[in-house]
Amino acid sequence: MRMSDFVVRDAIVPRLTATTKDGIVREIVNSLQAAGYFQASEAENIVRAILKREQLGSTGIGRGIAIPHTKHPGVDRLVGTVALAPAGVNFDSIDGEPVQVFVLLVSPQDRPGDHLRALENVVRSMREDSFVKSLREAQTTDEIWKLLDEPPGGWDR
Amino acid sequence: MSAINRPSAGTLDPPLSRDIVVVNPQGLHLRPATAFAKLARQFASSVAVCRDGQRANGKSQMELLMLAAESGARLTLEVEGPDAATALDPLADLLAAADASDD
Repeated sequence: MRMSDFVVRDAIVPRLTATTKDGIVREIVNSLQAAGYFQASEAENIVRAILKREQLGSTGIGRGIAIPHTKHPGVDRLVGTVALAPAGVNFDSIDGEPVQVFVLLVSPQDRPGDHLRALENVVRSMREDSFVKSLREAQTTDEIWKLLDEPPGGWDR
Repeated sequence: MSAINRPSAGTLDPPLSRDIVVVNPQGLHLRPATAFAKLARQFASSVAVCRDGQRANGKSQMELLMLAAESGARLTLEVEGPDAATALDPLADLLAAADASDD
């Protein structure tokens, strides 16, 4: 599995404009919605569900990376996207550092295994310092997509 | 009084292990992995969680997530170090916890 298997290319946000946690989540969800993966009327519910999940503990896993996520019955398979904020945004990460790389995941209600494998894949990719560095430096959707379409390094099973 | 010199306790603590089946329907996802790593870091002992020959440092939620341990997965918890005996039960309980919460 590679990140391009679940990341929606058209929903990639190379440069986020929002600067708050709520704003960031809303901007990324809207981008995924605009790519056609759920109805516009569902976007606000998804934003609220993701923010509610964040209140249970930030998905900022450290090293400038966050994986905001939720389940939603409106998607028929796990979809996600990547969004970058090169200046960094406070996301209450476990290491207290600002976040530059966001990977947002929306999964169907009844597919916990898919969510786990996507999480595994994101973490495996992000373990590579060179990958994270390249991602942070990427300027365009094309550059980001190329990185996501490469097989992840690390120990494979 | 015995004159026999016994090796001092604590220099060679044997590793303790326990087999655990993941019962959380959502598997070992981000929140339980983070909670487990946080608890594991409170002990001096090394903590490992193994699955099918893959070994994760129990103090790293990143490595725990790389196990992609779904409901029903069989894991082995290994604890080794000075406070291993104290650490084993709470860590095993947390790993096996029937936390059915959603995310």
